[in-house]
Amino acid sequence: MNLLDPQGPVAAADKTILIDSVAIMLAIVVPTIVAILAFAFWFRETNPKARFQPDFAYSGRIELVVWSIPALTIILLGGVAWIGSHQLDPAVPVPGTGSPVRIQAVSLDWKWLFIYPDQRIATVNTLTVPAGAELNLQLTSSSVMNVFFIPQLGSMIYTMNGMVTKLNLRADNEGKMQGLSAHFSGDGFPDMMFDVNVISPLAFPDWVAATAKTDRVLNEDSYRKLMQQGIAKDRPSYRLEDPRLFDLISTQHIPPGPGPRVTSDAGRSHNGDRDAR
Amino acid sequence: MLGKLDWSAIPFDQPIPLLAGAIVLVAILAVLVWVVVKGHLPYLWHEWITSVDHKRIGVMYMLLASVMLLRGGSDAIMMRIQQAVAFQSQGYLPPEHYNQIFSAHGTIMIFFVAMPFVIGLMNLVVPLQLGVRDVAFPTLNSVGFWLTATGALLVNLSLVVGEFARTGWLAFPPLSELTYSPGVGVDYYAWSLQISGVGTLVAGINLVTTVLKLRTKGMSYLRMPMFCWTTLASNLLIVAAFPILTATLAMLLLDRYLGFHFFTNEAGGNQMMFMNLIWAWGHPEVYILVLPAFGIFSEVVSTYSGKPLFGYRSMVLATMAICVISFMVWLHHFFTMGAGPDVNAVFGIASMIIAVPTGVKIYNWLFTMYGGRIRFATPMLWSVGFMVTFIIGGLTGVLVAVPPADFLLHNSMFLVAHFHNVIIGGVLFGVFAGFEYWFPKAFGFRLDERWGKVAFWFTFVGFYATFMPLYVAGMLGMTRRMQHYDVAAWRPWMIAAAVGMALLSIGVVCQVVQLLVSIRNREALRDRTGDPWDGRSLEWATSSPPPVFNFAISPDVRGGDAYWELKAHAKQLEHGEPEYRDIEMPRNSPTGFVCAFFASIMGFALIWHIWWMVILGGIGAFATFVVFAWRDHDEYVIPAAEVARIDRVNLEERRGLVSLAGIV
Repeated sequence: MNLLDPQGPVAAADKTILIDSVAIMLAIVVPTIVAILAFAFWFRETNPKARFQPDFAYSGRIELVVWSIPALTIILLGGVAWIGSHQLDPAVPVPGTGSPVRIQAVSLDWKWLFIYPDQRIATVNTLTVPAGAELNLQLTSSSVMNVFFIPQLGSMIYTMNGMVTKLNLRADNEGKMQGLSAHFSGDGFPDMMFDVNVISPLAFPDWVAATAKTDRVLNEDSYRKLMQQGIAKDRPSYRLEDPRLFDLISTQHIPPGPGPRVTSDAGRSHNGDRDAR
Repeated sequence: MLGKLDWSAIPFDQPIPLLAGAIVLVAILAVLVWVVVKGHLPYLWHEWITSVDHKRIGVMYMLLASVMLLRGGSDAIMMRIQQAVAFQSQGYLPPEHYNQIFSAHGTIMIFFVAMPFVIGLMNLVVPLQLGVRDVAFPTLNSVGFWLTATGALLVNLSLVVGEFARTGWLAFPPLSELTYSPGVGVDYYAWSLQISGVGTLVAGINLVTTVLKLRTKGMSYLRMPMFCWTTLASNLLIVAAFPILTATLAMLLLDRYLGFHFFTNEAGGNQMMFMNLIWAWGHPEVYILVLPAFGIFSEVVSTYSGKPLFGYRSMVLATMAICVISFMVWLHHFFTMGAGPDVNAVFGIASMIIAVPTGVKIYNWLFTMYGGRIRFATPMLWSVGFMVTFIIGGLTGVLVAVPPADFLLHNSMFLVAHFHNVIIGGVLFGVFAGFEYWFPKAFGFRLDERWGKVAFWFTFVGFYATFMPLYVAGMLGMTRRMQHYDVAAWRPWMIAAAVGMALLSIGVVCQVVQLLVSIRNREALRDRTGDPWDGRSLEWATSSPPPVFNFAISPDVRGGDAYWELKAHAKQLEHGEPEYRDIEMPRNSPTGFVCAFFASIMGFALIWHIWWMVILGGIGAFATFVVFAWRDHDEYVIPAAEVARIDRVNLEERRGLVSLAGIV
């Protein structure tokens, strides 16, 4: 999950900007810290060599310099921010090889549902993608806010009920990674980590075919069961009955998740099944 | 009869809060019994609880903040231990408990530690620095304090009656809506902030008016000490920003109580609107906290360097620039919500621009030290420690203001490390410096230097040991608020942070020890001159502690660094005997305390839906206000002879010591 070990172009570009910005700032931060410590040490009361200038309280030249240094740094960094924001806009597709893969992610309480509408399959807490392909993600939430984040692929994005956010990624190397939710969403929040399997583009159709053989079907009914509060104990995959399921969720044709079942305890809400953790 | 309240509200199944609550309850009862038995109750009532003296109110604010610091600190220790042990396991705190703890930690540390600490210091010091006898609205000031205390009381009550919010310290909907948080936790959160928010707003109005309207003769704006300027800026922000918080929470409460749909998933509610509103308050809030700290450092660095503040006008400009720009950056708290690149970039750059005036401040403190004769008393150690630490916090802050970098770091442990870096390294170091610096002014004796320095070094090292590992954990992809985790790479850093937390806690313990040791040695540490640090502003021109009327004769200010000028010309001392006059001072009033008493009842009743009690509390609070509004005599007169008697004693001491030093 190391941010400094990116596995895709978005994460690599995010990381470059991160490092560059730190470098630009260190150029003034380090001398300033050194100067603070040096001035504090040299002008200590017990140093007879330090010249005492009790009335030195203004210098136009120094004022000019102290306003210019941070201003110039910020102008430089502002340029980085402006260009970076536009180049790395999450809504802009990231070109890749082969045909793009559409993924529709839904954050549930407390698991991730990944729908592959073109492949007519869906998975829970496991995201399998072909290396090098353009990944177009659409995201929404079944209930509360979450943030979809795969640290080594870069750029996180919020998921919100009744809304669709867009994210474009690409994974360059085959292998396994982890993703997580980066916005607190309730008692089962820490269990919203998911596996990311990046497989060869040649193996991807085989994986799709193998997944589609399952007898579990994802339709409105099974989705309603899945969105009940609780954590996923295993990682089921589904055949997708209706490729418009994501639209039904994001437009609230399927109403938002129900939240905890209220027990008799006054004022203290337990999520119904306490083994949720 | 009792709404939602019944015995199941007491968490008999959870030993930790129950035990903690029981111990606190016993301690409070013991103190109360001691006070009553020893006959201190009349003294407490007349001299403190009903006092409208800004110095006393300032001290009570700081006492509240200190007690709540221990509570918030305990939460922090529990969180750090949980994250150190909860690797591939549940740790020792179940999620419903852990989630309350981090929510309470954030709420308490911001609203009931940092806020009362800075408001307390401003209350104590600003009228003295302005050379005036009181604040603009003394009774309102008392109301503000007691309402803040009400909020703190309700938050602590949630420990044993019901539960606190499990939503994080900003209670984002839809998680905080009734559907997903059906318990009373969010109601405790919202009502305690509504009530204490009124208190804060009142304090803000009072201090803004004080600075704008009550300055002694000759104290023009550009002669005010820096702390007064930062107080003005900070309280202008309070007046402008806190109503946003009140309105936002009111909307959330309407959703929860009356089935409105401001922020719900259903019926066109918009959760993103809550994000915008809460941060439109939340970002100015961090400057409300840190600007007074900047003011404290300005006073401290200048005093202990034996020089005027370098670039005073530049500092004023920088302060007011921060005050204005801080309202234009709120969106940087949610770059990852899917706004377009133009919006993200504009807010990113606006956020960075704040770094310019802040950088200027750092350089001005640097050049204040240049050519000085620096005495490394404890407040100066906190100041130098602050400068170094705050620059690092500023660096990481500007870093997360770059949207693509924030796409990786948003909500991560890196962010947690960043805001603790600026709030501990900036605000907390600032109030600790201010506490040491102005303690003799408030109580008439200095604090023990040795324990102060030990406390500084433990806190300083402990801070780095706790939060540098969190920066690393953030770079390893760890997000905040994890009750447990399975990623092995995070583990060592969580353990390191727990060790750092131990050092930080020792630092806090040292502060407590310092206070106790100093009280025991108070005769040796007595400040007879009223000017223990060779100060430069007017608070040092009166005795320590100052008489209730602060100044027997209103000071006449002829330039910046008013008291320094006076000392340089030995003005105050060459007059044989000034012409004393009668002084009118505001009468003590129980209005604040009684008002807060009814507000507490009303808040509690609202949380538990006990409607008859809500009405009772509401009527009580309103009746208190009406009685106060119909008062006949709100001032009393201290006769000139009494003023002369009090002032002569102080002048004697001062003359004696000054001639001893061979100045006159």
